[in-house]
Amino acid sequence: MKVKYFAWVRERIGKAEETIEPPASVRTVEDLIGWLARQGETYAHAFETPRVIRAAIDHAHVKSDTVITGAREIAFFPPMTGG
Amino acid sequence: MAIPVTIRIQEADFDVAREIAALTKGRTDIGAVVSFSGICRGSEGDEAIAALTLEHYPGMAEAEITRHAQTALSRWPLTGLTVIHRVGRITPGENIVLVVTASAHRQAAFEAAEFLMDYLKANAPFWKREESAGGTSWIDAREHDDQAAARWTKS
Repeated sequence: MKVKYFAWVRERIGKAEETIEPPASVRTVEDLIGWLARQGETYAHAFETPRVIRAAIDHAHVKSDTVITGAREIAFFPPMTGG
Repeated sequence: MAIPVTIRIQEADFDVAREIAALTKGRTDIGAVVSFSGICRGSEGDEAIAALTLEHYPGMAEAEITRHAQTALSRWPLTGLTVIHRVGRITPGENIVLVVTASAHRQAAFEAAEFLMDYLKANAPFWKREESAGGTSWIDAREHDDQAAARWTKS
């Protein structure tokens, strides 16, 4: 699946998007954040406070317990500050 | 007649008067137009701001604004709606965002404009980074913005 990162999540990881293949045990958004956080120091830094990270699946906001099965694109970003 | 809805995300500045005129031109069913403009401030607290840079999530930003526009159209008897959000580097005094709502009477236009701004601030995927003498930093979200959006779900 494709993963996109925005704002300081993107800056900390050092890339805007990538394609990942997490193991089948990664079922939810929360699981995926935990798995990504173990992919290296930059990821650990980006996901060090999971409760502030917002997620979207296929352009719609989702909660941390949402199952990621079938997702084409998952995005992670900080709370929004537009307007 | 279909209600005209304009949603744009763009780097270029916009002209508030021109956008209002475009929405009302040739219409005789509009009795009230409310516009909200968000403008880049030159300071945050005691610190001078040189510029803001707006990042967005292309695709989702348009989808979220469209979703909220549809909600506004279903909740209030609007006769026109325009939302423009700029991205990229914006300097103090420049426009950031515009919401224009039109209706037969003022109450719907006022309420829908406020609803849209509250929802955009809390839910539309845009992020502001500010440049100041101390460097650049991402602006923190305000809890107040989430509360402002939440009050529309209570009524």
